[in-house]
Amino acid sequence: MSDGGSPAMGDNGSPAVGDGGLPASVEALRRVREDPHRLGHRPHGPREVVAGAGHGATGPANKRVIVGYGFWIFLLSDIIVFSCFFAAFAVQRGATAGGPAVAQIVDLNRVAFETAALLLSSYTCMLSFAATDARNRLWTQLFLLATGVLGLGFLLLELQEFAELAGQGITPQRSGMLTSFFGLVGLHGVHVAAGLLWLATMMAQVQLKGFRPEIIHRLMCFNLFWHALDIVWIGIFTIVYLMGSGA
Amino acid sequence: MDCLQVVKSAPARARMGRGLSLGRGLVLAFAGLGLAACSGGVLDPLGPVGEGDAEILINATVIMLVIVVPTILMAFWIAWRYRASNTRAEYLPYWSYSGRVEAVVWSIPILTILFIGGVIWIGSHRLDPFRPLESDVPPIEVQVVSLDWKWLFIYPEQGIAAVNQLVVPAGTPVRFSITSASVFNAFFVPRLGSMIYAMPGMVSQLHLQADDPGEMWGISAQFSGDGFSDMNFQVRSLAAADFEAWVGGTRGAGPVLDQAAYAGLTHQSARVPPSTFRAVDPRLFEAVATQAHPPGPGPQPGGAPHAGREATTGGKD
Amino acid sequence: MLGKLGLSAIPFSEPIPLITSIIVILVALGVLGLITAKGWWPYLWREWITSVDHKRIGIMYCLLGVVMLIRGFADAIMMRTHQAMAIDAPGYLPPEHYNQIFTAHGTIMILFGAMPLVLGFMNFLVPLQLGVRDVAFPTFNSVGFWLTASGALLVNISLFVGEFARTGWLPYPPLSETTYTPGVGVDYYLWAVQISGVGTLITGINIVTTVLKMRCRGMSYLRMPVFCWTSLASCLLIVAAFPVLTATLAMLTLDRYLDFHYFTHTAGGNPMMFVNLVWAWGHPEVYILVLPAFGIFSEIFSTFSGKPLFGYRSMVAATLFICVVSLMVWLHHFFTMGAGAAVNTFFGISSSIIAVGTGVKVYNWIFTMYGGRVRFEVPMLWSMGFIFTFVIGGLTGVLLAVPPADFLVHNSMFLVAHFHNVIVGGVVFAIFAGMEFWFPKAFGFRLHEGWGKAAFWCAFIGFWVTFTPFYVLGLLGMTRRLQHINFPEWSPWLYLSVVGIAILILGVIAQVMQLVVSIRDRERLRDVTGDLWDGRSLEWATPSPPPFFNFAVLPDVEGEEAYWGIKLRAVETQQLAPEPDYRPIEMPVNSPVGICTAFFAAVFGFAMVWYIWWLAIVALVAAFAGFVVFAWRDVHEFEVPVREVARVDRARRAAREALLERMSRHGALP
Repeated sequence: MSDGGSPAMGDNGSPAVGDGGLPASVEALRRVREDPHRLGHRPHGPREVVAGAGHGATGPANKRVIVGYGFWIFLLSDIIVFSCFFAAFAVQRGATAGGPAVAQIVDLNRVAFETAALLLSSYTCMLSFAATDARNRLWTQLFLLATGVLGLGFLLLELQEFAELAGQGITPQRSGMLTSFFGLVGLHGVHVAAGLLWLATMMAQVQLKGFRPEIIHRLMCFNLFWHALDIVWIGIFTIVYLMGSGA
Repeated sequence: MDCLQVVKSAPARARMGRGLSLGRGLVLAFAGLGLAACSGGVLDPLGPVGEGDAEILINATVIMLVIVVPTILMAFWIAWRYRASNTRAEYLPYWSYSGRVEAVVWSIPILTILFIGGVIWIGSHRLDPFRPLESDVPPIEVQVVSLDWKWLFIYPEQGIAAVNQLVVPAGTPVRFSITSASVFNAFFVPRLGSMIYAMPGMVSQLHLQADDPGEMWGISAQFSGDGFSDMNFQVRSLAAADFEAWVGGTRGAGPVLDQAAYAGLTHQSARVPPSTFRAVDPRLFEAVATQAHPPGPGPQPGGAPHAGREATTGGKD
Repeated sequence: MLGKLGLSAIPFSEPIPLITSIIVILVALGVLGLITAKGWWPYLWREWITSVDHKRIGIMYCLLGVVMLIRGFADAIMMRTHQAMAIDAPGYLPPEHYNQIFTAHGTIMILFGAMPLVLGFMNFLVPLQLGVRDVAFPTFNSVGFWLTASGALLVNISLFVGEFARTGWLPYPPLSETTYTPGVGVDYYLWAVQISGVGTLITGINIVTTVLKMRCRGMSYLRMPVFCWTSLASCLLIVAAFPVLTATLAMLTLDRYLDFHYFTHTAGGNPMMFVNLVWAWGHPEVYILVLPAFGIFSEIFSTFSGKPLFGYRSMVAATLFICVVSLMVWLHHFFTMGAGAAVNTFFGISSSIIAVGTGVKVYNWIFTMYGGRVRFEVPMLWSMGFIFTFVIGGLTGVLLAVPPADFLVHNSMFLVAHFHNVIVGGVVFAIFAGMEFWFPKAFGFRLHEGWGKAAFWCAFIGFWVTFTPFYVLGLLGMTRRLQHINFPEWSPWLYLSVVGIAILILGVIAQVMQLVVSIRDRERLRDVTGDLWDGRSLEWATPSPPPFFNFAVLPDVEGEEAYWGIKLRAVETQQLAPEPDYRPIEMPVNSPVGICTAFFAAVFGFAMVWYIWWLAIVALVAAFAGFVVFAWRDVHEFEVPVREVARVDRARRAAREALLERMSRHGALP
């Protein structure tokens, strides 16, 4: 019996929320359900309805908003994973089991280079997206390449750090503190490595397929991911390295 | 209202007994579980801690039942009253909001939980396992080590130790220091009350007391592996003189708990009969708790190796 | 080459797992053979396995959940009968087997039974109730489902290749570390749960995005059906809590595989950290399960009372309240670890505060019935059974939140009785109620009522006969997970519990019979209207089963209870709204990426369990390659032509015309 399918306003497309002119039955339904505060009877969001933003008044959001939104939520969940590893480090930072303390394994010089590389890569990543917005394939690719090179540099520095520590017998198997140190820093490293793999795939896609909408969405997600890794690194840099070196 | 009386029953132990049986009667009446016959369980406490815990358990039950029983009755009454075939009941097809009803609906659980919150607050502090018991009698010290799959009780003041056998003097507070030499366990004597975990590398405190002489049993209340089912131990509470006699008798016979004997205990075994040691290394407990003594080695390969299926002796030795 | 894997991994010497394995393998081969013989593979591949339709995925989730519920129930039967036979006796399961059984029971019931069912309901219903055509990420939805299926597959492979964990469903270290549990059981657990956890996270992200960003026009937040609200809350908890599980299990994996010291009891490891982390996931997990169940009951109480849900805004507030507070209560799972009075007080009070939210909900359901015309169809029976069972479960739950009371019954059979009371009474009853309620929507015919009632009464009575003795046993001091029992005085209660499980078996048989009989009589039970129960939310505006595009034209919502308003207007004006202007519809194309990823994930998990490193690497590379191939495709959507849309919708309108006529004649609507 319904017109479940048919928009009440027919084809004129005007958003029907909150306007008058409803059939008496719907008005009746409303009246009995009203509470003094009239919550939810106003359209959500700004007065002017923004098509495609996904607010209640305008129907489903457009694909770009949906993809970005979903990816943000994924990033939040990923940051929760990191926060567990941060928590483990906070709990175990004193658990050296007779082995080296945090201050003894921190080499601030190298970390400064690592940090610079990663922050710079975030900047070039942002530039690449500016180029994408301008639909400039060459500059998009160049900046993506720069991002990748800087990311790779970061990763190599980190590997060098790990190798040096391992050479001195400082491995995660040594103590609880080292476990959580290598776990946290290593998890970030694994993310960067995965990001590089993604980056290479995206560069190939941009080259072969051009700026199709779904590829632009993926570039947007990659940007978010890369910046998120940067933010996590700032946390690691501060909590593990800076605070560690002073401890 | 009987229940209010229970709730108000003062902590004084003489009266507590009455409140307890009253509350127990209520639980019986409401649930009809026939718990009167439950000797040996947590509702048959032999000491102040068990009584305090059980009192709170019962009081909280009664408080909740006061709300829950009418709620359930109301649910079924309303469902029945407004059944579709009952045309005499009014039909209010759009009645879906009433500020007054909502206020009541939120206040009932909030008030109940406020009340329960008070019980939680007072109970948690009064019955904190770390808190020493008030008593004129000086407490005795017992160190507890959970091993794979038996319990070791060390009496540092008496210089003796026992396996799977806990003997305490009646009417005397006992201060337990509890640790584990392998995995997690929970030390629990149901009739004495409050359980607490035994954890490797950590020492938990627990204060219990048995008011009267009696025989009980204790268990591990945290799963610890294949031999877990047999991690129970005898508990005997003896009159002071009998306890002294037991200590004397124990000192007089049996092996010494030294490093080698302890290392033997750390190997996995279950259904270990109760035994005693006439003397014990006074630093043993600290060495176990700080893991200066290596923890239990876990399952040792024996017999035909099983890919992925570890060899075990659990429970069947 | 094969790592630790060898012939000795097959339990040739143990008759119970061996016979079970053989039967399972034979049944599986039989099913596969039947499919092959009948030539159903192309249909299955096209319409189900590679489907990205949220309804199909929801149904597959439910199917997986039901199969796993039966598997977990078989474990339960073994535990009950074994314990009854193991009073001062060895019983028929040696400890190393019995310990696997209760571990598998918990893991399977929660993670592979209840979770898929709950996620299946969300998948099926949320887009329909929101008036849209699919979830936010249809292909990822398929990936999520198949990853969960991979996890379930790994758990079941452990039955006949190697062993499952023997540590309890949450593998507390140090017991779960290699020192004390060197076998592959915990590894199976880790990889199975990890893989399915990723799948769950994907679904969680998907539903959150769907609810927040993909509602039809006019569907503002406070017009969404309560089930959408509870799904949103549940999926927010998934997004917040499952990463914690992922991290925790990853740490335990590092401990076991690379000798890290996160949770070891030596070298500065911290086992307590595991307990805290795992319950920081574990407690929200309970609410991940039970919140959608609350949503299901809300829909049922309202529909079968012929009234809007009472106190809709209170319901929403209570849902969000529970959602937030459930993140702050995890410590009540270990009051007995000696955290101190202040900490215990805080978590005790925060835990009992959750009861405020649930209490409000219970009262609102009761007042929904007030002034209604309550029809006691099968879903309503389950709902009434739920109120009774869940309220008692809530009572014992608050008891366990009182630290001194918990000091007596922590880890006891009392606790076991409590969480079955809330999970069976809350979640499982909701699942069965929801199945009765929405089965006609999914398949076009309703379930047989007589068998449904029989199933309810057996389940309800069987449940109470099984679990009431547990409360008594807990008060008698019986702890959980005992392989044999040294206290013969407990035997009457254990025997009574076996009687209960026998009644529950009858209930399961009745459920199966209900399905069989209903399929046999499907023509007689067919729902031609699409609005079998006189529903109130948008899923009832579609035909049963709904077309793959759900709505020919996305609805435009004008108030709460969107479909009810549409229906009222149709009755009032004695006609349907005018036929809309049909347009072609873009729908996502099917994709094998889900099943491929899941296949490689299962291979990867199996390879990791058995230390077959090369295979693990191959599987990882293959999974990545699969994604790249997926990303390379050029066609993402296909167009449903106007003619087809119009044909489907006109058929629906015709059915609605007939229904409208019938209802007007009977004056069925107020």
